[in-house]
Amino acid sequence: MLEVKNLKAHIDTADGVVKAVDGVSFTIKPGETVGIVGESGSGKSVLAHSIMQLNPKPPTFYPEGEILFEGKNLLQLKEKELQNIRGNEIAMVYQDPMSSLNPVFKIGDQLMEAILTHQHMPKSKAKMRAIELLTDVGIPDPEKRLNAYPHQFSGGMRQRVLIAIALACNPKILIADEPTTALDVTIQAQILELMKSIQDKYGTAIVLISHDLGVIAQMAEKVLVMYSGRIVEKGSVEDIFYHTSMPYTWSLLRSLPQIDAESRHRLFNIEGQPPNLIHPPNGCNFHPRCPFATEQCKMVDPELTKRSANHYAACLLSEVEFKEGKKRIENAEKEGGLKHV
Amino acid sequence: MLHYTMRRILAMIPVLFIVSVIVFMIVHLTPGNPAFLILGEDSSPEAVEQLEQQLGLDQPKVIQYFDWLKNIFIGDLGQSIYSEESVTQIISERIGPTFSLMIISILLTLIIAIPIAIFIVWKRNTFLDPLFLSGSLLGTSIPEFWLALLLVLGFGVSIPIFPVAGYIPLTDGFLSWIHHLLLPSIVLAAVEVGLIARMLRDSMLESVNQDYTKTARGKGVKERKVLMKHVFSNALIPTTTVVGVTIAGLLGGTVIIETIFTIPGIGQLLIDSIHRRDYPVIQGVILFIAFIYVLINLLVDLLYAFLDPRIRYD
Amino acid sequence: MLRKKRNLIPFLFLILLFLATITASWWLPVSPSFMDSSLRLMAPSSEHWFGTDHFGRDIFGQTIIAARVSLLVGFTVALLSTILGTVTGLIAGYYKKLDSIIMRIIDGMLAFPSLLLALALVAALGGSITNIIIALTFSFWPVMTRVVRSSVLQVKNIQYVEAAKTSGVKDPVILSRYILPNVLSPIIVQGTFIFAKSILAEAALSFLGVGVEPSIPTWGNMLQEAQIYMTMAPWFSIFPGIFIVITVLALNILGDGLRDAFDPYAKGKKKAKRRPFKRKEQIAS
Repeated sequence: MLEVKNLKAHIDTADGVVKAVDGVSFTIKPGETVGIVGESGSGKSVLAHSIMQLNPKPPTFYPEGEILFEGKNLLQLKEKELQNIRGNEIAMVYQDPMSSLNPVFKIGDQLMEAILTHQHMPKSKAKMRAIELLTDVGIPDPEKRLNAYPHQFSGGMRQRVLIAIALACNPKILIADEPTTALDVTIQAQILELMKSIQDKYGTAIVLISHDLGVIAQMAEKVLVMYSGRIVEKGSVEDIFYHTSMPYTWSLLRSLPQIDAESRHRLFNIEGQPPNLIHPPNGCNFHPRCPFATEQCKMVDPELTKRSANHYAACLLSEVEFKEGKKRIENAEKEGGLKHV
Repeated sequence: MLHYTMRRILAMIPVLFIVSVIVFMIVHLTPGNPAFLILGEDSSPEAVEQLEQQLGLDQPKVIQYFDWLKNIFIGDLGQSIYSEESVTQIISERIGPTFSLMIISILLTLIIAIPIAIFIVWKRNTFLDPLFLSGSLLGTSIPEFWLALLLVLGFGVSIPIFPVAGYIPLTDGFLSWIHHLLLPSIVLAAVEVGLIARMLRDSMLESVNQDYTKTARGKGVKERKVLMKHVFSNALIPTTTVVGVTIAGLLGGTVIIETIFTIPGIGQLLIDSIHRRDYPVIQGVILFIAFIYVLINLLVDLLYAFLDPRIRYD
Repeated sequence: MLRKKRNLIPFLFLILLFLATITASWWLPVSPSFMDSSLRLMAPSSEHWFGTDHFGRDIFGQTIIAARVSLLVGFTVALLSTILGTVTGLIAGYYKKLDSIIMRIIDGMLAFPSLLLALALVAALGGSITNIIIALTFSFWPVMTRVVRSSVLQVKNIQYVEAAKTSGVKDPVILSRYILPNVLSPIIVQGTFIFAKSILAEAALSFLGVGVEPSIPTWGNMLQEAQIYMTMAPWFSIFPGIFIVITVLALNILGDGLRDAFDPYAKGKKKAKRRPFKRKEQIAS
């Protein structure tokens, strides 16, 4: 249904061109959930906004690639045609529910705006639909809440409203950009559950962007791991979590707190910072931070290669080399850990 | 909102107190004896003494102040030395022209500034924006009285489409009222348009990339509507605070403009009284204008609160 | 800050104007006070670039000379307002107890439109350069107090100030060494704007006949005299006015430019984009 082909989204800045998204390809099928994971600054959000064509232009521009939605290339559509797609066929839920609702309008107005932008119906009918949507996303007493202002809602409730706004026209794809990052853990679970139930009910495809692998594991079927504007590993949840083939993904996984950990290692963090996207390093973008990096990694930029049926990774290491490397590091850590005890 | 309103009204009290002290001091702490100043250099000591008694100037300053304050509360601002009329009476006769001038200037300012700001934000990535910025800077750099002279020369003398002097009350006909006030109002507005439009543009630009506008664009709302509805309504709130400053500018400007266009308002009264050294009138006018200004600021604050639901429903 | 062309040009203009006006008597071909009744109200010519006034004096020379008082008043008022406003603003911002008292007084003073307050003060004190400076300073410094106070409130709770406080650094040292340098940029910007406003205000007061003594040439006094000849000799009004506009504009551009230069995010829409990449974030912690 949606096919992104070799997409590049670059941003013109005073210091040079930032290659925020640099050759990304993937597909989304109806009803499935695709998770996109990566650090801040890895280009996840720019990618999401590219699909919506909501990156401010300028400074953003798209030197290459295609975003095919039902056969139409979104990069070449006119603003008016895009407006017909936004909120109607593809909708988005944003990271910060506290600032994503307009503070000066009532919830009902903002919800009805989403409905009336694409559907011609009398206001009274739109209001009925708004109440229905608020009920769908689990807001109690929806009739009364239509007349409330955003500041009278909690963060979780606002995110529900934003989901209701996104669902207003029954979109085919829902892009959720870090939808739970700004929320408390208990609320996070509720929002994720809500999204799942909506998907079951309406068959909406979801693109879930998160830096939180836990969230991705819980929600997604397909996972894309992004690093410095590129996909460095993609595959099913199984592939990514149990057959990790790329050191960066492995590092991400190890930085997760583990409740059942017998090895009680200190919470792992990835040394260094995401690379400068104006002048990315030679060779593999991850090599300066990679514990397995070889001389070759500094020179050769790896491409995504097939590891199994639907599993791709961009790494020069062979499976064996990677396994040995992991063992070496884990052993070294165990010894180090014992010393501390 | 009620609580907020009450708090704002109570906050006026200390401000008005300070205002009254300053107005009192302006006249009473000046070098030289006011009675002497009023009567002139070569007045007889008896006459000076008599006037001092009449004005209560022989009393200690603090008592004089409270006497004066007490009289203000019953609406007595004293008597003009020049015409011996009551100051309250004189001011009330002069309010009409000044208020007319202010209202037309404010309306004119808003009618020009708001569309300009929206248009500039809409075309924000073009050459129009730097052009606008230079224009607004230029606007605040032109002396009002000089602009008035140029416009009088242009539209009063060379192409005489506007009267260059005088005032026709509204009761004598709307058209001639506005005809006489338009040129002075344009002068006053010209200076303030830059300020308001700049402020509106700045806050709109701040609001244009806020998350809620992304939400609106994500709904498929047209860019024009995003600007006019979502961005503008939010930018309006901080802009109201500048309206207070603008009105201060207008109040100051009317003094000059009324003098140039011989509009018999409060400003001209003030200048005339300064030339006549008519201190009770000067004092009364300054106090009155400061009071009006405090009142306008109160209204602006209430408007601010009313526009922002976060305060309105507090 | 001055390296940017946009700030440099107005700055150079002001310096040039200052030098031109103080050295005027040496280089002006015709003495600006030289009267020639046969040359009354002559239109601009190669000899008298800006024409002549009602006494037959050269308007160009007069305009240049008049800059002295206008610049003097503007600069002195800006300087005095800055000193007064900075001291009161620092105190109000730093000491909570004094804050409400100072700010009530400041609010009261700001309840007068500044030009009117100056007008009333000059009316009481009498018109002279010193009194104009006193009156305008009194009208403009409350704004500076507000600006400084709000900047101090922002800086006050930054950790290194807190740290200095807990390690026993004395208040005057904290105020002058830790806080003042951090609030300097809004002070300079505001000072520049006050400079501009004072020039306009002095011109307006003199124009109304309550400003500097009519015998002293200032732009406002020239325009006051020129007013009645407006239709007969428009150049008499136009040229001094243009000088006011250019000078005030130069100061406003400078103030605006300095504000942008001091505030990295004011103009840096593009630069702001870079912020996310600078932040180091620990994943899933």
